[in-house]
Amino acid sequence: MMMEIKNVSFGYNRKQTVFDDFSLTLGEGSVYGLLGRNGTGKSTLLYLMTGLLRPRRGEVLYQGVNVSLRRPETLSQMFIVPEEFTLPKVSLKQFVSLNRPFYPRFSDELLCSCLRDFDMNEDIHLGELSMGQKKKAYMCFALATNTQLLVMDEPSNGLDIPSKSQFRRVVASGMAEDKAVIISTHQVRDIDSLLDHVVIIDGSRTLLNRSVADICSHLCFTELSSGELTGDELFTQPSVHGQSVILPNRLGEEEGTLNLELLFNATLAHPEKMAQVFNEK
Amino acid sequence: MKFKESRPIYLQIADRICDEIHQGIYPEDGRIPSVREYAALVEVNANTVVRTYDYLQSQEIIYTRRGLGYFVCPKAKKKIFSLRKSVFMNVELPEFFKQLRTLGIPIEEIVRMYGEQDES
Repeated sequence: MMMEIKNVSFGYNRKQTVFDDFSLTLGEGSVYGLLGRNGTGKSTLLYLMTGLLRPRRGEVLYQGVNVSLRRPETLSQMFIVPEEFTLPKVSLKQFVSLNRPFYPRFSDELLCSCLRDFDMNEDIHLGELSMGQKKKAYMCFALATNTQLLVMDEPSNGLDIPSKSQFRRVVASGMAEDKAVIISTHQVRDIDSLLDHVVIIDGSRTLLNRSVADICSHLCFTELSSGELTGDELFTQPSVHGQSVILPNRLGEEEGTLNLELLFNATLAHPEKMAQVFNEK
Repeated sequence: MKFKESRPIYLQIADRICDEIHQGIYPEDGRIPSVREYAALVEVNANTVVRTYDYLQSQEIIYTRRGLGYFVCPKAKKKIFSLRKSVFMNVELPEFFKQLRTLGIPIEEIVRMYGEQDES
């Protein structure tokens, strides 16, 4: 496995604990969506994964190597785009020439194509950009580093409407079998078609860690009018049509499309019940 | 691309590609975009498109040439036509008949309307 988080405990000070005996394993070749309520430690988890924070107890292994050691061969294989960051007031070209030596697989071709996808060019100056443009420029650099692991914290925040679509295109085309992309977000509609794996966390627990195909073979997401409810529903939520519902998928075949918002709400409301559905078959 | 909730995304993408083959955008024996190109086009995960292509291959609508990519099968249009017909006959038509019965519409009325439409 690419990333193993083993029995990690972490807190920013002695009184408060964010993670307590937390474990999670992630493989390559997938785009992971990391979901969780506000303040449940999504960003903290991303920092622990990339060696920016060190756990109090337990360990985080990347390709079998402890990331807390911050070995160059580990760090050169991962890149994180935090939710907020400051860029130096230099031209993009200067920024690239200063930072690319840290990333052996850096690709000029990828940089160009990403910038082009975002309607930007290489002659920009990082000190003169708006927040959204800065985010796009940094994401282009992140994708161009071509690292095996790419971590993005709330990447669609601050992007305008066309850029969200461009973002999906850029991630979809930058994906390869030896890579993993982890996206933490609350804007589920911005990214749901991009994901093939969903992770939902809540403090010390992983509530869900499954592929989208697996989820859809166990659950059906649909809209029913109030008269059509049968009592079989695992979760219901009022919607324009009547009710958005999750039903157990009895056929075992993939029936519909994942409704990430509904899944998230259901998993947080009834974690045990939802976990049981997956363990039945 | 906008996706409906009732059908897996990979099948909706398959429908889209079938439409494009039907319209001649991808001619028979012509190359279709790579998995990654198509994923970027419809803004979905590449693995979803891999499943779409697997499905289309199993339906003998596309085939691979080693190292060259995916191509439209020579008889793809005919295949798509017969697939669509069977979906219509076996899925949509029974649903239609059910509606007729619920609303109490005699089949003669439908036959008459169908005839009128033919003449106009």
